[in-house]
Amino acid sequence: MIDRANNSAADGQGASSALERLQFASEPTGLEIRELTITYDTENGPLDTVRNVSLDVAPGEIYGLVGESGSGKTTLALAIVQYLARNGRIKGGSVVLDGVDLLRLSKSEMRQVWGSRITMVHQDPYRSVNPSMTVGDQIAEMAQIHMGMSRSESRNRAIDMLAWVRMPDPTTVAGRYAHQLSGGQLQRVLIAIALTTNPHLLIMDEPTTALDVTTEAVMLDLVRDLLAEYQTAVLYITHNLGVVARLCHRVGVIYAGEMMEQGPLRKVFKQMLHPYTLGLLGSVPRVDVDKRDIVLNTIPGYIPQPDSLPSGCIFAPRCLGAEEACRTAHPPLVEVEGQSGHLTACRRWQAVRQAPREFAQTQGKREYREPTTEKIVLDAARVKKYFPVSRVRLWDLLRGRRPMVRAVDDISIRISQSFTMGIVGESGCGKTTFARCVAGLEKATAGEILLEQEKLHPSVTKRPAEQLKKIQMVFQNPDASLNPQVSVGSCVARPLALLGHLSRRQILKRVEELFEAVNLPSDYIDRLPHEISGGEKQRVAIARAFATDPALMICDEPISSLDVSVQASLMNMLMQLQDTKGTSYLFISHDLAAVRHLSNWIAVIYLGRLWEIGSALDVFRPPQHPYTEALLSALPIPDPDAQRNRIRLRGDVPSAVNIPSGCRFHPRCPRKIGEICEREEPPWHDDGHWHRICCHIPPEELAEKQTAGTPR
Amino acid sequence: MAETNVKNKRKRGRLITRLRRLARYPATLIGFLIVGFFLLMAFVGPLVAPYGYTDQDISERFQPPSRQHLLGTDRFGRDVFSRILVGSRDVYIVAGSGALLAVVFGMTLGLIAGYFGGIVDEILMRLIDVLLAIPPLLLAMIVLFTLSASRLNVILVVGVLYIPMVARVVRSVVLDLKTRQFVEAAKLRGESSLHIMFREIFPNVLPPLAVEASMRFSYAIFLVASLGFLGLGVQPPSPDWGLMVGEARNYFGQAQWALLGPAGAIALLVVGVAFMSDGLRRMLLPGGVSE
Repeated sequence: MIDRANNSAADGQGASSALERLQFASEPTGLEIRELTITYDTENGPLDTVRNVSLDVAPGEIYGLVGESGSGKTTLALAIVQYLARNGRIKGGSVVLDGVDLLRLSKSEMRQVWGSRITMVHQDPYRSVNPSMTVGDQIAEMAQIHMGMSRSESRNRAIDMLAWVRMPDPTTVAGRYAHQLSGGQLQRVLIAIALTTNPHLLIMDEPTTALDVTTEAVMLDLVRDLLAEYQTAVLYITHNLGVVARLCHRVGVIYAGEMMEQGPLRKVFKQMLHPYTLGLLGSVPRVDVDKRDIVLNTIPGYIPQPDSLPSGCIFAPRCLGAEEACRTAHPPLVEVEGQSGHLTACRRWQAVRQAPREFAQTQGKREYREPTTEKIVLDAARVKKYFPVSRVRLWDLLRGRRPMVRAVDDISIRISQSFTMGIVGESGCGKTTFARCVAGLEKATAGEILLEQEKLHPSVTKRPAEQLKKIQMVFQNPDASLNPQVSVGSCVARPLALLGHLSRRQILKRVEELFEAVNLPSDYIDRLPHEISGGEKQRVAIARAFATDPALMICDEPISSLDVSVQASLMNMLMQLQDTKGTSYLFISHDLAAVRHLSNWIAVIYLGRLWEIGSALDVFRPPQHPYTEALLSALPIPDPDAQRNRIRLRGDVPSAVNIPSGCRFHPRCPRKIGEICEREEPPWHDDGHWHRICCHIPPEELAEKQTAGTPR
Repeated sequence: MAETNVKNKRKRGRLITRLRRLARYPATLIGFLIVGFFLLMAFVGPLVAPYGYTDQDISERFQPPSRQHLLGTDRFGRDVFSRILVGSRDVYIVAGSGALLAVVFGMTLGLIAGYFGGIVDEILMRLIDVLLAIPPLLLAMIVLFTLSASRLNVILVVGVLYIPMVARVVRSVVLDLKTRQFVEAAKLRGESSLHIMFREIFPNVLPPLAVEASMRFSYAIFLVASLGFLGLGVQPPSPDWGLMVGEARNYFGQAQWALLGPAGAIALLVVGVAFMSDGLRRMLLPGGVSE
């Protein structure tokens, strides 16, 4: 697409004059970080958030830096580009790029390096672009500043770059502003900006975390294909092990500011030599393993804060194989004999290799239950929720039309007692709106919601107390779901006090029981929410929701904002609570793997409508609706050897105002059969075992095609 | 018993972190010291002042600052320093009550408008816009000319004038808070609107409200001083700072100190309150303010 020779010639002319003084090696030699320690000055004195981290990224290599939140991975990235927050500083070590120690450069010299030698792609695409400049101009600006191109040259360069990142219709897109593009398109623009100057180091900080799985899959393919042609060293920062497995050549696992394990991708994923890596990989539910065989690892406890690090190995307090020696002496990161390039910071790595089971805390398998339709708790029939469009065009007004956002458009779901219904779909598909309609936080436009055969009023404020206590909800963001000024104990006590018939002593006792049920120490009772971690906050929120012994619990992405190791323990806890209390769950998530692990039933939603519903086993095997198939195929699996068919969805989810005719999925469907898909609404097929698919293709034919492999 | 001990310890821990945060910002400490000093004087001023505020001594008139008269004397030979000390009581009573009035009513209106939204919000906010459209000093003058310029009327005028600002601040905070999930969780367990407004939302409004309150207090000090200067506030011979500036203006050529003393006191207290409000913001937010 782009003439590579021309590309490097332009690079040679423009940026070189200013950079010459910096004496970079003429050939890229990659990034070398040695013993880097980063300190933040805080209210409680200086804190070393990253300690003695060393890593190398060779030209043309994608290095995956994996870590949970608070592990210091973003701090490390910011230190490389010398862009730490005001209270942050580098205490020791070196960062060498192409033979030059970046830490010795002045601010003005660094400005020459930014954008030309080093570029960065951030997590949130909307915050990374200038909203008042066209995206074409933003790419052109890079070419003008760092490559000395003229206006017209740079404009052509911008269009070339957009075409290069496979943007459909690049000339038109170049003239657009950020708000006119979708998240996926914007992230493409950011990658185009980052690659314009042909940088020697590209840092990507969770570039796909804010995107849907389907968009993420397309982006990952793109990044991998593009970078294969560049001699760029790439530092890819993420918490998602599946993404690393799909993209990276080498991996570093960072924990609480220290490198735990480092090595080639396959070695780290298949022959891990650190219990933390083992725990992390084991705590992700897999979709490529039979649901009945999944057992999740959990890592007890939480990541330590930099001001209260344990002496000795920093992972020892959470490690099941920790010995006395682990707690006293701090183990160094050493290369394992006979394994070149594979480093571990565990002194018992031989034991980890020989008997990994001793280092993993696994939760007992759950008995698989055949789905039933007995004892229905929730019966939601033909629920619709339309929102009026906030900006009405004059033309519509004159014709007496009021366009509507059809967020939920005819969804029916039934849940039996102590069963879990999982709802999956991309963002904007209406899954959260549906849950809020059930809870009464949004008034459903149409439809009937029955709870234990009693009709529920659409609005929560009109429902009687008896019904209210039977439906509770756990929200996505643990920070917003607890009142920051109320102690977590009173927060759990309040619903009990509302019941009205309990004495103070009884309430206190119940609160203690609930804290125990969610594995929180009872001395947490008078803490304020900001004094506990995100995972603990979510536990409090769950305890609060369980206080009234609800019949139905709505979980709206309760684990999505948490770290992998915490997710696993929360999932196990939710399942245990269900077993002991017999509560039914409506579990909403975009994470298919988690939904599959937790649910008995799964409903797949797209554009406000149901497309497939069935048991968790059936939905994940052929025959599947083409949309389910695409979702599943997009899911990154934390295994470099995972077999998968590659189905990628084109474009973005259409707006829920102008819904496509016929089958709503037809513009993106990889298995579209013809005109009938555009014209007629597809029929429901029922296989007699409560597995239902809504598609023009009969299930037998779908199964045949899907076992055969990838379409077109 | 042991439990309450732990609880108290935790509370004390929180207090200590708050105080430590405070100590790291010297401006805040200075603010608290200034406000605290004048507040103390409001109580004990008449006892510690070297002279009575009405003590006249014609032979001592227009004295420059000296050891006997720290800030000199005015045209009746009254000690300016003593009058400033004693006058701080009026500042706190009039400006303080005015600000308090505005805060109480503004907060209630803001909570109601923000929480209920819709038509209630529309009506309340438009009424407030009307009040905002009139220049405050002008409105105060008209009201005080028509009614009498008594202490109570000044308080009422200040209170009413500052209701809109407080209400708007509170409303915007509530608009953000009411979409938080802890409010939705409260609705799901069937809490009444009153409970949600005052037990769930109100505690979170307090930090910004405290800042707003101290801002209103400093504005009120100015407004009350302006009214005093124009002769519409507290009447002579009370040692009102604005009134003192107004009187001293006539003989500024002979005794600059008689004007500079009270004017300086006004400026000092206003700056002190501003420093304090900045510190309050840092102290009250749980988890602190990120820089």
